[in-house]
Amino acid sequence: MIETIIEVIVAVLIGLGAFLSLVATFGVIRLPDIYTRNHAISKSTTLGIMLILIGTFLYFWLIDHHFNSRLLIAVFFIFVTSPVSGHLIARAAYHSGVKLWEKSKHDDIKEHKSSAEEM
Amino acid sequence: MSFQLLLNVFLAFLWMFLQNSYDTSTFLIGYILGLIIMFAFRRYFHTRFYVGRVWAIIKLILLFLKELVLSNISVLKLVIKPQLDIEPGIFALPTDLKKDWEIVVLSNLITLTPGTLVVKVSDDQKTIFVHALNIGEKEEEIKGIKNTFEKAIMEVSR
Repeated sequence: MIETIIEVIVAVLIGLGAFLSLVATFGVIRLPDIYTRNHAISKSTTLGIMLILIGTFLYFWLIDHHFNSRLLIAVFFIFVTSPVSGHLIARAAYHSGVKLWEKSKHDDIKEHKSSAEEM
Repeated sequence: MSFQLLLNVFLAFLWMFLQNSYDTSTFLIGYILGLIIMFAFRRYFHTRFYVGRVWAIIKLILLFLKELVLSNISVLKLVIKPQLDIEPGIFALPTDLKKDWEIVVLSNLITLTPGTLVVKVSDDQKTIFVHALNIGEKEEEIKGIKNTFEKAIMEVSR
């Protein structure tokens, strides 16, 4: 009985993680420019991979009674590093002159730069 | 904070030596007794009593997890919606945080917030440039959220 409950919880976690990764992939196909794509990728895959790893951890811990701490460390590392990588990709894109989508409203970095040059 | 933590561990070791029993439960009892002693003498520390700071760190971690779930729901809605009615843009966010690690934590938190992504931190570290998905309607609201984040981070470093 308890094993079934655990298996259902693990299945929901892994299914949700896989679904979020799928949503991130569709976001990369649908969204118009690199910055908006970065939104989809850096958020959805973070939580998706974290949920898959937590599901794996719970399965091996509660069914096989094997406490695998490396999975918890992996969850922590992904949580810390993936927003930084999203930021670095956006920054590198901006500095190498990738244009924003044409419907974008305004761009404060350009204004900031021109006002700094005037001074 | 690290000095108080070290002093607390030292007091716990002192308790273990006084009891002449060296196991985890004696260490924990000594740690709690040391905590009570340090609370009684807290006016002699230059910084505030460290338990409050630990509590602030726990609250910050919970805030991180909550924002991660909320931002995933908003991305999900955006991608699944049939028509694309977003207005992206970059806005400048002035920040009062001074130390490097505070700015790192704030920009990670902003990146994991619904609809925002850090593009650049200015050279003098006074402005953070944020790319927002829906800039028109959300700018004020997002600034409100930033104030709560900054407050939560200042709670830790104060």
